[in-house]
Amino acid sequence: MYVAVKGGEKAIANAHQYLAAERRGDTALPELTVSQIKEQMRLAVDRVMTEGSLYDPELAALALKQARGDSIEAIFLLRAYRTTLPRFYTSAPINTSVMQITRRISAAFKDMPGGQMLGPTFDYTHRLLDFSLADENTKNNVTPPTCNEDVPATCDETPRILDFLQNDELVEGVGSAESHQVGDITREPLELPAGRDIRLQKLTRADEGFVLAMGYSTQRGFKNSGGHPFAGEIRTGDVSIEVTPEELGFPVTIGSITVTESEIVSIYDGSEETPPQFSRGYGITFGSGERKAISMALVDRALRCRELQEDIIAPAQDEEFVLMHSDNIEATGFVEHLKLPHHVDFQSELDILRRLRSNWAKCKAKREEIERNTQKEQKIRQSGTPEIKGAA
Amino acid sequence: MNQTHVQDRQHWMSVLARTSFANIQKAWRAMPEQPEYSLLRQPETGLVMIQARTNGNGAPFNMGEMTLTRCSVSIHNAIGHAYIAGRNPEHAELAAIFDGLLQLPEHNARLMETVINPMEKNIAEQIKTKAKQVASTRVDFFTMVRGED
Repeated sequence: MYVAVKGGEKAIANAHQYLAAERRGDTALPELTVSQIKEQMRLAVDRVMTEGSLYDPELAALALKQARGDSIEAIFLLRAYRTTLPRFYTSAPINTSVMQITRRISAAFKDMPGGQMLGPTFDYTHRLLDFSLADENTKNNVTPPTCNEDVPATCDETPRILDFLQNDELVEGVGSAESHQVGDITREPLELPAGRDIRLQKLTRADEGFVLAMGYSTQRGFKNSGGHPFAGEIRTGDVSIEVTPEELGFPVTIGSITVTESEIVSIYDGSEETPPQFSRGYGITFGSGERKAISMALVDRALRCRELQEDIIAPAQDEEFVLMHSDNIEATGFVEHLKLPHHVDFQSELDILRRLRSNWAKCKAKREEIERNTQKEQKIRQSGTPEIKGAA
Repeated sequence: MNQTHVQDRQHWMSVLARTSFANIQKAWRAMPEQPEYSLLRQPETGLVMIQARTNGNGAPFNMGEMTLTRCSVSIHNAIGHAYIAGRNPEHAELAAIFDGLLQLPEHNARLMETVINPMEKNIAEQIKTKAKQVASTRVDFFTMVRGED
């Protein structure tokens, strides 16, 4: 248990001043601006928004600057900030079919209606360090590519590839679009077993590394069933957000956010009621978070084991294991609190340890004495026998 | 307000929300005379819980929150409201003023022409530019037949 400490104000104030100076680094170099982070470290910003569970690129960039680039510290700052604001509205569910697409690919279908767009991707790069980026005299102002294709000036509906297969029932349906009550882990404590709405909320804000590892474990065989997973469709783009303020009584658009969504399918062997078909897993993040979205979809699928009547044999299927250990702020709170002063605790543990050691030493001495006595008796008996023999 | 009015208002409110702060500021400064107004609700920042749908179009779930700034003004005989993503109080205030003015028949036509339409045109251009950039990365993969000796 952690017991509060007093004192140390001066040292703490100096440590924080030291931190601020270290954050600034070499003052001969220009200071990093929040807009630079927002523009040029965008994927770090996106991760902080997703796991901080708050979409606000400026705030996420500020958090990253304050945290000296430590994602989890930045996520912590964002989570703390959100608790200071009132919640005004809940949005209408976003419609990811009507999206201004930045990237859209399918690993399952080559000829996807609407086409595959690679967008700004690291895929197919050679992963060689580009030293021209390190040359401060080179301007890296690259003009984006363009084309002569006729494009609409509005965001039209882009069909979802899995809907085509769903019509043949080869892929399971998306389920009812209605929900009487949507669970919210920021309002009510997480209860197990959790519904899919709760699991998806928890996984969306879950640590990318944790979800990646869990998803990976299912690929390596730590799951009950299901074939090779396929990325049915991955899309990144901007979607409009609508709210319905009471004073208006009709929905209004407040702006748009960037999201990445991933739909993964894998063969489900079927049950008594359900014929074999492709089952679905779903993943979504703020910004461009493809790795996380794919991993999340794999874990979402694994956690549907109860519903799909699969035996729970692997960690990724264990709802308690996954959901209770996925949040990096909860995890870091418990793990990192170990470094805070535990002096009283430690003293009492020392006392216990001293007592245990002294008891142990006493017991050992006693044990050894008993052993010595037994040996002595044996010796006497052994040396006594020939005497008796001799006497005989 | 009848049905067509609601749709018109949704339209201009959406444009005022999606336009850049620079554009709305420019539009305000370009007004021949800046009308008097009073704040009914100061610009205030809060959160919106964003809902997404399981599998893209299934049951809703809470995905995460975003910041929003809202503002209400009283202008002439109208009440203007604004709900703008982010934390820019000035953007919300200006959008509320324009929403109020646009509800007044004597201002509507002129403001649609001088403020909303140019903003919308600008948004459409941005959408087109981006769509062309993205379309230039359209890919046609060929499936290679595995060589059989």
